[in-house]
Parts: sequence; structure tokens; C-alpha cells
Amino acid sequence: MIQASGLRKQYGTTVALDGVDLHVREGEIYGVLGQSGAGKSTLLRCVNLLERPTAGTVTVAGQDLTALGSAELNRARQRIGMIHQHFALLSSRTVAGNVAFPLEVMGVPKAERERRVAELLELVGLDGRGKDRPHQLSGGQKQRVGIARALAGEPAVLLSDEATSALDPATTQSILALLKRLNAELGLTILLITHEMNVVKSVCDSVAIMANGRIEESGAIADLIRTPGSRLTREIFPLPEPAPAGSVTLTFTGDPRQPVVSEPVVSEVVRKFDVDLSILGGSIEELPAGPVGRLRVTLDGADRPAALAYLRDSGLIVEEAA
Amino acid sequence: MTWEEILPLLGPATLETAQMVGWSTLFTLLFGLPLGVALVAFDRDGLRPLPGPRAVLGFVVNIGRSLPFIVLMIAIIPFTRLVVGTTIGTAAFVVPLTVGAVPFYARLVETALREVGTDVVQAAQAMGASRTTIVRKVLLPEALPGLVAGLTVTVVALIGYSAMAGTLGGGGLGDLAVRYGYQRFETLLMIVTVVLLIVIVQLLQSLGDLIARRLSHK
Repeated sequence: MIQASGLRKQYGTTVALDGVDLHVREGEIYGVLGQSGAGKSTLLRCVNLLERPTAGTVTVAGQDLTALGSAELNRARQRIGMIHQHFALLSSRTVAGNVAFPLEVMGVPKAERERRVAELLELVGLDGRGKDRPHQLSGGQKQRVGIARALAGEPAVLLSDEATSALDPATTQSILALLKRLNAELGLTILLITHEMNVVKSVCDSVAIMANGRIEESGAIADLIRTPGSRLTREIFPLPEPAPAGSVTLTFTGDPRQPVVSEPVVSEVVRKFDVDLSILGGSIEELPAGPVGRLRVTLDGADRPAALAYLRDSGLIVEEAA
Repeated sequence: MTWEEILPLLGPATLETAQMVGWSTLFTLLFGLPLGVALVAFDRDGLRPLPGPRAVLGFVVNIGRSLPFIVLMIAIIPFTRLVVGTTIGTAAFVVPLTVGAVPFYARLVETALREVGTDVVQAAQAMGASRTTIVRKVLLPEALPGLVAGLTVTVVALIGYSAMAGTLGGGGLGDLAVRYGYQRFETLLMIVTVVLLIVIVQLLQSLGDLIARRLSHK
């Protein structure tokens, strides 16, 4: 649905994007995770050409945006929704007026606009608030207006620029739940950028981790969890790095054919083999792909190699520290 | 002079001031608003970056702003004659008043428009809005309270300018104060004129503040 190839963006001598390839499939929620300054915001703004990349192409819904003239680009942008960290609502308009804005831009007649605005406000749970002014709303409600406005053009794609970063944790969860629902009900493809791992964990199907203008790792979250040594796994389950000498790190991948976190694999190992096992740290996360976990242990005794082989055979990812 | 002599003079003089200020305010709005929009839009990170024209406009506005009004008024006499055919009377002074106030108001418009967050402008761009739509439906409505406040300041400045115009044959309250208060030492008339000007300015400023506050939804 979104295909970016070889994106470079330079401001003077500063390189904000250094050869980025991005592929977002139709109907998925794709997260770009990175610290501030990693280039993720520039990447997002290159997708609807708010920033024109120095080199590279961007294709959205089969249309190469980088090849379009400004009138055609404006038409294409009407089919790409965007929501913003600080909501970017017009204070001179009511809630309904804000949602109507993109419809005015598209030239939708007034009666049709009013009908659509009412539908959109209901969709985001703000029915009856149309006459309010943005400053009368809470942060979460403002973002709901932003989402309603972004959906006005019935876009195939929604871009989210740190949409929950200015919100408290409970409100963040409610906005994420709304995005997830829109993704499921409307088949909306969502590309979001965030610095919060929590956002990626709660809603994303795929992720790209960015640093220094490059994508360091990307793919479906379920696949990355199954990839030994993946950066995503290390960031979701923060354990002290480097792992202490002799320790073993076990990853429960959430793969349905493999032991889930609730199975007593560890106690089985201790019963079956002559080993002592002690737990150094670990955690379990409930991801859209299923429950996954990571556990760091020390495992000593005569049967250590056999025990590790057993764990590997049962489908856990076993990483031994040197 | 007695009150009976002063009052008949005040009415026509106030009307002349009102005419000069009223017409020049209208023309200032007509020329100053687009000029202010152009100053913002042509800027390096504006809607339509045009560094050359932007530099020229900025330069012209600064020239207008650096001339004291009384000098400007005399300097553009040939231009005034070209436009209205005469250089005396209330109508003739609408020209220098407008020329003096346009750069002043344009800068205030520029400041008010810059107060509009770049995030709302970019949000509109992301929605596929054209540049004219962004000016008409985002920049101007969002900056409206500031534009009104700026216009109030401009009107008050125009009242001040119009008093100077009075001394060169424009009529109005300034003319009255100079001819009677200064040249004939009519203290009572001087005091009345001063009080009247203070009242007018206070009323206009309060009205402007009220409208700006009503329009603001922050």
C-alpha cells in the first residue's frame, strides 16, 4: 500500500534520511520506532510529500507521488489521512467545522458535508460535540476530532505523527484502541511513528526500528520475535546487556506450534536433567501476535548441554552468553 | 473663546477627521492585508517561497516605515496630485495617510499571520488544500483576532497622522488645534480638542479589544 524506495533527505549537510526502504502492506498497522532525531518524522512527512525527498520514490496505493504535479498531488493527498502530535485543529472553527474542512477542500456540497461530519463524529465517539470549540475538549477528544478529520476523505492510508505522545497513558490506550478498531472495521492501513515501545506493542503488526536516518531492522513483529538476536526483542524485553558470562536467555516466541509462556518448560528441564537453574530476570508481554516472553537464567550442572538442546528442541530461542 | 463659539467648530472638524481616517483605514485594509499575506507567503519557508519579490517587498515596506509621516506627506505630493487631482482638502490627504499606514499595517498583518502555528498550515497541506485555500480558510481566519487588534492600532496611528495632515490643509481636529490652540492661544479649545481625541482613541481601542476578544477561541 505504501512503498518507499531509496529515500534520502538532506538539509544542507545534515542527512535526515540515508537510503530508507519501506514497505507497508494493505490493511496492516506499521510502526516506525526511534528516538527523536532518528529521522522517523522526516520519513513520515516524505510519504505524503510534506517534505520532498532529495532522492528516492514514494508510491501510495499504486500512485507514484514523487512524479505528480502540485494539483495532482493535492488530489492524492486528499486520500491520505494524517493525524498530528499536537492535533493541529483550527481554533477558529467548531469541532464540526474542523471535520468539514477537508470535505470543503474536496468540494463536497454542504448537505452532504453535514451528513458526513455527523457520521464521522459518531464513528470516533464524539456525537453531539459538533458545536463545541476545540479548546473546550480534552487532549484525547481533540485527537478524536483529528482522526475524524483525517478519515473525511475516506482514505486508504492513515499517517500518524506521534499521535499519542502528548496524551496520558489511559488516553493513549483509548486512542490506540480506536485506531485498532478503524483498522479492523474499515481495513484502514496505518503508518505510525512513535518513540514509545508501548504503542508498537499494543497495536502494530509490523515495525521498523530507525536510528541515524536508517532503518536498522524491519518486518512483521511475529517474525522479528522469532529471529534470534533481533533488536526488537531486546527492546521489548529490556534485560541488562551484555548478558553475564555463562547466562542463557530464553525467548518464548508466541508461535502457536511452540511452548507458550504458560507452559512449565523450565520446571520440566530441572526435573528431567541434572541442572540447577536460577532466574536472573525476565518478562512477559501480550502482543497482538500472542503472548511472548523472555527469560534470562543461569543453568549449571553436568547435563547443561542436554538441557539446552531440550529447550531448543521444544522451540524456544536459546541464546548463550559467551 | 466661549463654549458657544467652540462647539460649532468641533462638529465639522470631527467629521473631517472621521472621513480622513475612515477612508484611509478602508484603503489600508485593502492594500495592507494582501501585502502582509505576501510578506509571509513569499518567505523562505512560506507557502510560496519567492526570495526575490519577498526582498523587494520587505525593502519597500521598510522605506515606508522609516519616513516620518510629515516628511512622507510632503514627499509624495506629486503622487497625490496624480491620484486625486489636488493636494489640499480632506480627500487629498487620504492618499498620504493610506501610503503611510499600508506598510505599518502590512507588518502587523505579517506578525499576526506568523502567530498561526505551522502545524495547522501543514495539516491543511496534508489534506490537499491549495495555497489560496490555506490563505482563505486557515491563515486569515486563524489570525483574525490579531488582524483586528492590528487594525485597531493602525486606526489610532491614523488619527495621529491625520492631525499632521490637518496642518497642511487637510482639516480636521488637528487643524483646529493648530489654528486656534497654537496660533491664537485659545487654551479652552486646545483642552477640548485634547479631551475629544483621548475619548475617541479610548473608545476605538476598547471596541477593537472587544471584537478581538470575541473572535478569539484559544
